[in-house]
Amino acid sequence: MSTLTAQLVPETEAQACAMIAEARAQGRTLAIEGGGTRAGFGRPMQADCVLSTRALTGITLYEPAELVISARAGTPLSFIEETLAQKGQMLPFEPADYRGLYGTAGEPTIGAVAACNISGPRRIQTGAARDSLIGVRLVNGRGEAIKSGGRVMKNVTGLDLVKLCCGAHGTLGLFTEVTFKLLPRPPAEASLALDGLDDAQAIRAMSATLSSPFEVSGVAHLPTGLSGGAPLTLVRLERDEISLAYRLQRLTDLLGPFGAVRRIGPEESRAHWHDIAQVAPLAKSATPAIWRLSLPAHHAARCMAAISASLGARYFYDWAGGLVWLAVMPNGDAGAGAIRHAVVEAGGHATLMRASDNVRARVDVFPPLGAALMKITAGIKTSFDPGGILNPGRMYAGV
Amino acid sequence: MSILFPLPDQDILDRRDDIIAGLGALLPPDCLVTSEDERRAFETDALTAYRYIPLAVALPRTTEEVAAVLAFCHEAGVKVVARGAGTSLSGGAIPQPDAIVLGLSKLNAILDINFPGRTVRVQAGVTNLSITEAVSAEGFFYAPDPSSQLACTIGGNIGMNSGGAHCLKYGVTTNNVLGVRVVQMDGTIIDMGGEALDSPGLDLLGLMVGSEGQLGIVTEAVVRILPMAEDARPVLFGFETSEDAGACVAAIIGAGIIPVAMEFMDKAAIEICEAFAKAGYPLDVGAMLIIEVEGSAAEMDAQLKRIVEIAHRHNVQVVRESKSAMETALIWKGRKSAFGATGRVADYICMDGTVPTGQLSYVLKRTAEICADYGLRVANVFHAGDGNMHPLIMYNVNDPADCRKAEQAGLDLLKLCVDVGGCLTGEHGVGIEKRDLMPHQFTPQDLNQQMRVRAVFDPEWLLNPAKVFPLEGRDAA
Ligand SMILES: Cc1cc2nc3c(=O)[nH]c(=O)nc-3n(C[C@H](O)[C@H](O)[C@H](O)COP(=O)(O)OP(=O)(O)OC[C@H]3O[C@@H](n4cnc5c(N)ncnc54)[C@H](O)[C@@H]3O)c2cc1C
Repeated sequence: MSTLTAQLVPETEAQACAMIAEARAQGRTLAIEGGGTRAGFGRPMQADCVLSTRALTGITLYEPAELVISARAGTPLSFIEETLAQKGQMLPFEPADYRGLYGTAGEPTIGAVAACNISGPRRIQTGAARDSLIGVRLVNGRGEAIKSGGRVMKNVTGLDLVKLCCGAHGTLGLFTEVTFKLLPRPPAEASLALDGLDDAQAIRAMSATLSSPFEVSGVAHLPTGLSGGAPLTLVRLERDEISLAYRLQRLTDLLGPFGAVRRIGPEESRAHWHDIAQVAPLAKSATPAIWRLSLPAHHAARCMAAISASLGARYFYDWAGGLVWLAVMPNGDAGAGAIRHAVVEAGGHATLMRASDNVRARVDVFPPLGAALMKITAGIKTSFDPGGILNPGRMYAGV
Repeated sequence: MSILFPLPDQDILDRRDDIIAGLGALLPPDCLVTSEDERRAFETDALTAYRYIPLAVALPRTTEEVAAVLAFCHEAGVKVVARGAGTSLSGGAIPQPDAIVLGLSKLNAILDINFPGRTVRVQAGVTNLSITEAVSAEGFFYAPDPSSQLACTIGGNIGMNSGGAHCLKYGVTTNNVLGVRVVQMDGTIIDMGGEALDSPGLDLLGLMVGSEGQLGIVTEAVVRILPMAEDARPVLFGFETSEDAGACVAAIIGAGIIPVAMEFMDKAAIEICEAFAKAGYPLDVGAMLIIEVEGSAAEMDAQLKRIVEIAHRHNVQVVRESKSAMETALIWKGRKSAFGATGRVADYICMDGTVPTGQLSYVLKRTAEICADYGLRVANVFHAGDGNMHPLIMYNVNDPADCRKAEQAGLDLLKLCVDVGGCLTGEHGVGIEKRDLMPHQFTPQDLNQQMRVRAVFDPEWLLNPAKVFPLEGRDAA
């Protein structure tokens, strides 16, 4: 996108409204950009102009005692996280940083986290970004400032446009301000590790931890070679010290039937989960195409066996098997046919997270939708952006 | 009472016989209610001040029958009001004379329980509590627990994005539903989401939850179940004043403690609930919190110790821990029967605004003043941890002047919630009750954007059309 010269850089929401209204009047399309670190996510776009949030920055509301923060969309995620850490709080969903995945250098912004619904390993316990996002302000493709939700924890007033726009990749509007609910940051963390499990055993072990009352906050499995040597299954707990010690013991007992359980201290635990969140085990090599599969966890091992049988694939499981990161050779359709066939069979869906523009132009990046859902998707796009000027075609052709 | 319904469409009323004949061709006789006596059972919901007898009531047994009924109504231009158990407090399920009610009561099967995946697939008419009952022997539960959970349906919960006492920790309906099967007004059947996390494409599932029967009819849902905590213990904290209790709530959250529930009752609510449930609530205090903690005995002790310390800094007068499962059940019975118990004392309307928790004390004080100005009694019982207020305004439904005053006081309270940074409804929905207040919270552009989204699903405005959006200004969207 850096090849585009024209840049619009609104400093206020009112300016953003004026710029978008003008672009619509002139029939110019706009590519919305935050830090630009995820420019490789989504279908490649041809837009006339970049609309950047980089001058829309700053925390507009932070009430630690109410567990809520609002910030303008271009505020760097790192600044938000530092501010929260000072008060012992955090974004519940553990937003992942994809700079390693895309080989980009900018600063991820909070607006893009909301626009792409980016959640990390803790999603299995505390929900996705969309579950913590409680309010947005956005400018639609008509140049109108719209708000939905607000700053309170419970709010069912009117249609939930917050959720609709979270994960819409900027195709419905430019977020100008987002509001998230927060959680206290647990003071202690540790993980448990099991070595040498095959996929099916690992899925059973992971499922057992999630079916226990011990509230694990990360459950992942790295098959052979992805963490150095033997397969590695990891289970994370984040608690206060007393509770942590107790629950580590209970989980060790629970996992006993699956093999020897090792305890991993806080630093090593943090390093492991950081790597898992950033897809580091696969992202290190720049060559392969990378897919993200959402699967019912209990079908995941079977699904991955089917995919491996037809493609030379490297992959690992997060979310107890509900999420699979998969690397394949970027030739042809980058495995799309085989992968989508197996994934749909298992009741899940697949998104092509990283591939060349060429491949992403040929292959559906987001899961193909049936005719009825596509009709609704197109209708919603038109209801926000009748001129089709915002991130045109980012998710689906013509939307 | 002052909320207007659209004038019934005379053409539809005139065609009633044809419409019933058309429906009769799609449904067996026991699935179609036509006599006036039987239709009367559907004339209102839990907002009983408004009543309209519907044209007919269809009670389909399958998704396909729902689709056939909707396709027929679409063709014939007949409005449709979806109904679960009819426990809506905002008038969401109240019919209109030129609409049919589509009741989901016969779609009441639990279709599949998947323990390894921790999901349950149910039909929309299944009651909230029966999901938990179906999985509790294996140590699981369905988290959102509206006080009406014995009666209300999962379809109605999805319609309203319902919450409950334990949502502080576990989230509301939208955080616990993974997928829905929806029939659109033209009869098309679609799935949004499924058993996998994160729905593909736009988050239509997130849009559907809380859409109050305006976008489509939910016939099936996949919900997430959770393992029960090792143990749970509610503790009663009595305070001299509501202000102390409100400040204590803010201090607990501010200290980084999220109990599984934090419920507030003022003196009026304590007296009403204690008389009904004999739960052992302290009667000599001005306000009470029920705070529940979970975990092992040692974990609960540790968390309670910190909470008690904070409570002492806020002049707590009484601290009483539940000592047995029976006591725990009684404490929750008292809280969950608060509305019913109030209903035995007087007619009431229940407001549902949410406020920032830092504003709780101020809003409680203003609530008392506003109701006193109207000469009305009020009891407060609500989810304090998330600021979701439930003032119960008591009045006499047979006295028109009293009715007007109660409604007016309610509107004043809701505006107050918006003005301090909150919203009109935290979990009961807009329905008809808050419909005309929507412009207080939203700009015309905000509302028009919502209505344009609505029109994608139902361009003719046939689905529950009297609700949510002010009647005026709909064309402008
Ligand atoms: C005593 C009492 C206590 C309550 N406590 C709580 C509480 O703690 N928390 C809370 O959140 N609410 C509470 N409520 C409100 C009410 O119970 C909830 O709103 C509940 O979810 C309604 O469910 P229902 O099956 O009765 O739905 P209905 O009242 O029948 O319908 C509710 C709305 O959903 C729509 N709808 C129903 N079924 C479908 C479907 N299948 N597809 C699409 N739309 C549909 C209807 O058109 C309507 O707009 C309480 C009510 C009472 C009377």
